[in-house]
Amino acid sequence: MNYVIVGNSVAAVGAIRAIRALDQQGNITVISREKHNAYGRPLISYLLGGLINEKRMSYLPDEFYSRHRINLLLNSEVIGVDTDSRKVKLVGGDTIAYDRLLLATGGDPFVPPIEGIADKDRIFTFTTWDDAAKLKVISQDINHAVVIGGGLIGLKAAEGLNLLNKSVTVIELADRVLSSAFDRPAGKIVARKMKANGIDVITEDTVVRIEGEGTEITGVTLKSGDFIPCDTVIVAIGVRPAAGFLKESNIEIKRGIVVDNTMATSAKDVFAAGDVAEAADFFSEQKNPMPIWPDAYIQGDIAGTAMAGGAKTYAGGLAMNSIEFFKVSTISMGITNPADPSEFEIHSFQDIQNYQYRKIVLKNNLLVGAVLVGNVDRAGIFSGLIKEKIDMKLFKESLLLPDFGFVNLSREIRDTLFSPLGKSVNKDIPAMATGH
Amino acid sequence: MKRIYSIEDACIGCHLCEIGCITEHSLSKDPVKAFMHEKERPISRCTVEELNGGITSLSTTCRHCDEPDCLQACISGAIQKDSEGVVRLDREQCVGCWSCVMACPYGAIQRNLASKKANKCDLCPDRETPACVDACPNRALVYREGSQK
Repeated sequence: MNYVIVGNSVAAVGAIRAIRALDQQGNITVISREKHNAYGRPLISYLLGGLINEKRMSYLPDEFYSRHRINLLLNSEVIGVDTDSRKVKLVGGDTIAYDRLLLATGGDPFVPPIEGIADKDRIFTFTTWDDAAKLKVISQDINHAVVIGGGLIGLKAAEGLNLLNKSVTVIELADRVLSSAFDRPAGKIVARKMKANGIDVITEDTVVRIEGEGTEITGVTLKSGDFIPCDTVIVAIGVRPAAGFLKESNIEIKRGIVVDNTMATSAKDVFAAGDVAEAADFFSEQKNPMPIWPDAYIQGDIAGTAMAGGAKTYAGGLAMNSIEFFKVSTISMGITNPADPSEFEIHSFQDIQNYQYRKIVLKNNLLVGAVLVGNVDRAGIFSGLIKEKIDMKLFKESLLLPDFGFVNLSREIRDTLFSPLGKSVNKDIPAMATGH
Repeated sequence: MKRIYSIEDACIGCHLCEIGCITEHSLSKDPVKAFMHEKERPISRCTVEELNGGITSLSTTCRHCDEPDCLQACISGAIQKDSEGVVRLDREQCVGCWSCVMACPYGAIQRNLASKKANKCDLCPDRETPACVDACPNRALVYREGSQK
């Protein structure tokens, strides 16, 4: 059996482990357009800010690829997939045959055609190790950087540059930062912390023109007419599934590669996982790309299991993020800011002065989302309650307690969830709480 | 593999498991020295939950899951499962992003804010029986074979 995996990040790693758990014999080829072994992609802001060195970028022990007997092709870009002859095409003309194919190419940063952007040198995106390395190399010459986009990537890039004592302005189109993951109070707390650390945050505005002669940047002009002087621009508007290389194939693509709940695509023996895939949402079951690290691992695990002949079913993508901004911890999960609040029950507590916020979102007595800022301890209990769809009718009030735990639930729920006697011992207790 | 099981009915809420854990992971492995003199006192890897002044209590700790949510969520690769099945945290590699705290449905990974590293049960590699189990006066913690699933 020839397994071919395109991409070499967390979804690929989940798939490799799953395949090897079931098939010790098959050949596994991993193809990556990057030059690195799998690395902690979200760590690029830590690398930029000097919080970690290059060695700590490694996501895996050195012997991972040899131990799992991986044929690793780095610096190799796949430019097409022929599902009839079951081959992938590489830049340079080589082809590689597959019996089972996993597409785990992740996302590409989206760079809009802003006036003046094309001929400028110091325009950066911030999604790869090389992006961070390039920025780091020129960082000595940066006096003022503008970050376009106040999402997770933009704010982490801004924080990294701030740690290098660079002056940074973040420009966000929405009325607050982190508008996709967070609600208004949580976004406000983070923006307040960014400002307290010297980062300028401008909301409800956007860059319409990048100014400067030739390749040099002298500043950006905003929609409001304001001019922000700068010498470097980081575009962090968002990522899109990196599925462009499949245009000529007959694999179904909407925004991402459409997959079922075993991560199978529309083409036989072809699977997709991670940021490039468009899989069912945990709540709505509608398919949409979900660029979330743990979710990519889970999808890779499910895809790898299916590729090796096993059976696991995807429970649906649950958005969750844990990010620190200047030592303020934030965790968000599930539905945090429902469009129609009347269908939901929302409880919250806030102490913005002390960077503390807790918000719980319920629907039909089920926990569907949470935002925690400051005290994020044991947040995972909430993710367990969401995934296991525990009826919270009798325990809603306790969810806002700073030390909420299993004791606040009923004995029955606790015994099922925490399984103090161990699930293998009592066969009547369903093996559910590990989540997969 | 052997795991730590928590028997709620036997828990008296004395928190000695936490003391045992802190002591075992201290430099001196002596409770008085660990609590009074060590600069960086460890934090407990097990958590005793209590309600109604201790009428209900139970000690919670890492389940060493077969498919750990914490491992899947870890962005740095600091969390790995060793060949014995123990879910291990490499403190050097940990960046303190708290993704594991977000993911663990047992609430069994703590934040060590002083070192900015995650903190989790390692089943006490230097001991035959984990310190929390040995410290429990009422056998509310049991160390024995059993699969997580």
